Amino acid sequence: MPLLKMASVSILLSLLLMACGQGESNTASGNRQGILHLGNGTDPQELDPHIVTGVPEHNILTALLEGLVLKDPSTLEPIPGVATRWEISADGMRYRFYLRDDARWSNGDPVTAQDFAWSWWRALQPALGNQYAYMLFAIKNAEAYFRQELTDFSAVGINVVDDHTLEVELANPTPYFLQLLDHYSYFPLHRATIEKFGPPDQRGSLWTRPGNFVGNGPFSLTEWQLFKRVIVEKNPHYWDAENVSLNAIHFYPTENITTEERMFRSGQLHRTATVPIDKLAVYRREHPELLHTYPYLGNYFYRINTEVPHLSDKRVRRALAMSIDRDAIVQQVTKGDELPAYTFTPPDTLGYTAPDGFTYDPDRARALMAEAGYPGGEDFPVTELLFNTSEGHHKIAVAIQQMWYKELGIKVSLHNQDWKVFLNSVNGGNYGIARAGWIGDYVDPNTFLDMWITDGGNNRTGWSSARFDQLILEESPRAETREQRYRLMREAEALLLEDMPIIPIHIYTSKSLVNPAVKGLEPNILDYTLYKNLSLDNLSLDKKSAAELPD
Amino acid sequence: MENPHSATLTQEQGSSLWRDGWIRLCKNHMALFGLGVMVFFCVIALLTPWIAPYGYEQQDLQLGASPPSAAHWLGTDIFGRDMLTRIMYGSRVSLLVGFVATGVALVIGVLWGTVAGYAGGRVDAVMMRLVDILYALPFMIFIVLLMVVFGRNILLLFLAIGAVEWLTMARIVRGQVQNLRHQEFIEAAFSMGLSRWIIIRRHLIPNTLGPVIVYTTLTIPNVMLLEAFLSFLGLGIQPPQSSWGLLISHGVESMEEYPWLLIFPGLALSITLFALNFLGDGLRDALDPRASKD
Amino acid sequence: MLRFILSRLLQAIPVLLVVITVTFLLVRCAPGGPFSAEKAVPPEVVRALEAQYRLDQPIWQQYLSYLGDLAQGEFGPSFRYPGRSVNELIAGGLPITAELAFYAMLVAILIGVCAGVIAALRPNTPQDYLPMSAAMLGICMPSFLMGPLLVLVFGIWLEWLPVSGWGELAGDKVLPAITLGTGYAAYIARLSRGGMLEVMSQDYIRTARAKGLPERVVVLKHALRGGLIPVVAFLGPAFAGLLSGSFVVETIFQIPGLGRFYVQAAFNRDYTMILGTTVFFATLIVLFNLLADIIAVWINPKMRHQLSRSR
Repeated sequence: MPLLKMASVSILLSLLLMACGQGESNTASGNRQGILHLGNGTDPQELDPHIVTGVPEHNILTALLEGLVLKDPSTLEPIPGVATRWEISADGMRYRFYLRDDARWSNGDPVTAQDFAWSWWRALQPALGNQYAYMLFAIKNAEAYFRQELTDFSAVGINVVDDHTLEVELANPTPYFLQLLDHYSYFPLHRATIEKFGPPDQRGSLWTRPGNFVGNGPFSLTEWQLFKRVIVEKNPHYWDAENVSLNAIHFYPTENITTEERMFRSGQLHRTATVPIDKLAVYRREHPELLHTYPYLGNYFYRINTEVPHLSDKRVRRALAMSIDRDAIVQQVTKGDELPAYTFTPPDTLGYTAPDGFTYDPDRARALMAEAGYPGGEDFPVTELLFNTSEGHHKIAVAIQQMWYKELGIKVSLHNQDWKVFLNSVNGGNYGIARAGWIGDYVDPNTFLDMWITDGGNNRTGWSSARFDQLILEESPRAETREQRYRLMREAEALLLEDMPIIPIHIYTSKSLVNPAVKGLEPNILDYTLYKNLSLDNLSLDKKSAAELPD
Repeated sequence: MENPHSATLTQEQGSSLWRDGWIRLCKNHMALFGLGVMVFFCVIALLTPWIAPYGYEQQDLQLGASPPSAAHWLGTDIFGRDMLTRIMYGSRVSLLVGFVATGVALVIGVLWGTVAGYAGGRVDAVMMRLVDILYALPFMIFIVLLMVVFGRNILLLFLAIGAVEWLTMARIVRGQVQNLRHQEFIEAAFSMGLSRWIIIRRHLIPNTLGPVIVYTTLTIPNVMLLEAFLSFLGLGIQPPQSSWGLLISHGVESMEEYPWLLIFPGLALSITLFALNFLGDGLRDALDPRASKD
Repeated sequence: MLRFILSRLLQAIPVLLVVITVTFLLVRCAPGGPFSAEKAVPPEVVRALEAQYRLDQPIWQQYLSYLGDLAQGEFGPSFRYPGRSVNELIAGGLPITAELAFYAMLVAILIGVCAGVIAALRPNTPQDYLPMSAAMLGICMPSFLMGPLLVLVFGIWLEWLPVSGWGELAGDKVLPAITLGTGYAAYIARLSRGGMLEVMSQDYIRTARAKGLPERVVVLKHALRGGLIPVVAFLGPAFAGLLSGSFVVETIFQIPGLGRFYVQAAFNRDYTMILGTTVFFATLIVLFNLLADIIAVWINPKMRHQLSRSR
């Protein structure tokens, strides 16, 4: 059988060719050459800041572009970016930014106030389909322009005073406006480049490809292979280039988090995007120095459909919320130092502290159920708990299903659906109880509360409160001091927690494994990284300490 | 068409084939062992609700994942649920799905393949192109639609699995039948004037049994694992129920930390497969029509 | 033979047309559009996106214009990756998946046929049980288990091979190829053992033996041809399956191949990508099944007669 012989010879040869033994690990060579290897979650869809919506894209874009202000990674207070300083009018409605003279695009062009004005104009073009256009609605008339109720862009509160001075007029005093400026929707874009590759409001033009992309951030794009990696290299034209220590960053798509952890262990990554649940205990026990966890500005919760008859009674909803042992869930199920959530807004959101909502109190919960006509869970209809297909959601749901059965005697059936079907069911009100998660867009209670207004696009519970709407839409935007505003917000959140159309479960944590060679990483509730502060310590991870990484 | 003499002849031959087969099977110790194991597993599965040491949904979050102990012979999972109990309950689902779905695939596949292979020509072309079409349709979308239209339902599971598994079976059987059709003994049967149906039933199907049995024993594990995948997607069984496939795929996630969560359901599945394999080989050897002439 | 191939190629046209039409309808029936997201998408944005991708047209018009594009070899733009066309995505993933499938097939055939033939030579002896038990293990060891196990042993404990990637680090193709190949090797082993046993009991083999031919010649020259027919029938669909079914392995090893596109497109409701990959795989399936039939004819001289007679 010559065919068989040929096959066996060729396979042996190719196996030999394939297996030439493993050379130096990514991290070892990276430490030497100043190349950071990062796990980056799902594959980036696009690198156009007016099209993307995800965290992975955000991570790459903050390396490629820079807004007017940056955030101090330890305090999250605004620090100078392209703007060296800014003035805020006494009523908080007008901002004037003074741009630095030495800000440059990666092709050497100066970064000007016009660049910002043009990019924000582009962000508001309806044809582009920018899902984050609402981030710019803080600016006067931006919303009306986006909805095409207003066609004259000059009526929008963006005013170029000169090349290096930009004035912005807001719709309301927005105390978190400086925070928004560090969101990618507010980043400047290089007009000439975009126009070279097509009309400015065309989706998916080729300007974002390596070689075409012109940015003003500390790094510039050199390689982008789908499902493989994105490489950014130090941008010599960046105004602060002398303080950028890294020579390059490699972003790897790591959708499979188990594989990501193995990549970290074998020295292919300096930092992971997350940590598999089952690995948390192991690292905590054996290598606590590699495991980094920190509270994250997000809430894991269940929505309750208040239009389902037996769930329309707020006593039932409160009973459901009060009979979940959140300590057991975060310690035994999620295991990532999550904070048990008894309010919707995460604790201490820039000085805001949520009102006392409720406590874990199964006795009170049973009493409430009895009051509502279901003593011991009798006659309570089987309720469906819906979640999108994922192991983590499944685990929490299984634990809660059992808690409700044990404490209240009620039966809940678990249903999982694929992500798009799930969204469809929840949006259409076609559920009883549904898993949800909400990550704040910026550090302010407003991003957690304004979603619950009557018929808000993200409400989806059917819950409505006129007083709540008034507080969020009318009173708090006009508040004169921060204290007053927070007091109104607290009142609103108290209403929400009293009626309980949602069941808060835990505050997210950001979890990552970090190679000890990475220096300058500061934890914060946004999991925000200022890449120019990072450096790699070449000495700390020689071959010896690499071998100490856990097996 | 039929001539009475040959009909009685083939009938005798047919019945003696099965009887001889049974006798030969009883002489094959490995096959008997396989049969015994399968019967044992089925009995355990049937009796599970009465003999399981715990409830399959009964949690002990404080205990969490614990290795095998006197209280929990096979350890507990991360919710503190008893693994032995979950494996026993899981066997009900896995064995049922394994046998029923494979059975469905077997019947459709063998009939389809035999008819296509026997008829040849245009009929064959149309039938096999239909198989090609079904092969090519995107399975994931099909699953999503099934779920949306019918909700979670164990019958759907059989439908979804049967819909994919019979295709390969049909191709294999067709290849075999085409190959057999022009062998001397089939040509001889033709010249004796036997009817088509009798040729198919008495000669073609028994002669394809070898590859069919082999492929069937291969399909059963596949079906059990496919069930886990579909259940994960939300089509099959509903948590907190379990199946071997689901237990294994959960076990893989934590195989370094809690190896017993993988090892025991894995063992259960492996033992079943070996038993089925021995039984399948034994059946194949026992039912080989030519062996009977020795 | 040529006429046989030509007629089969002609048959492929209606097959593909049915596949396209049914898939087109199926994806539109699946709930949840390509642009839904956890955060509510404003209606203005939805309208803009639908206009951009022609989703605001009546469905028959969309279908016709899709067929028109397809006739020119255009699969259209991907919904999930705004800057990419489906052609570009497939062209990027195909070489990788094809290479992976090729190595996996080599692994599968080599291990499978050897194990199967060895086992069939001495049925019901240890020489039979050992390779067959290994084959059984290979089958019940799904790739989602085999992959992590291999990675754990060779990637993490022994540190011989990289744990993920494709064509980046030396040796990173070995583990994926083996992981993908072993499942199929097990099938091939079982099928070739069965086929060989079948053939070995046939008259022409007995005749060959009776003529006093050495066993090696009997097995390799006479038995192998017939004995491998079930294997050959399996190879066509298997290779197509390897190409489209490498999803799990590609996910475990983070390989940027077609298998992942195929499955993720369904989850993302990336309509054009689902259709594009489906049409592509349908073509492959038709071709490989044809190839398998041609090889079966080539191996079995009797069927060659049958063909010439039936046409």
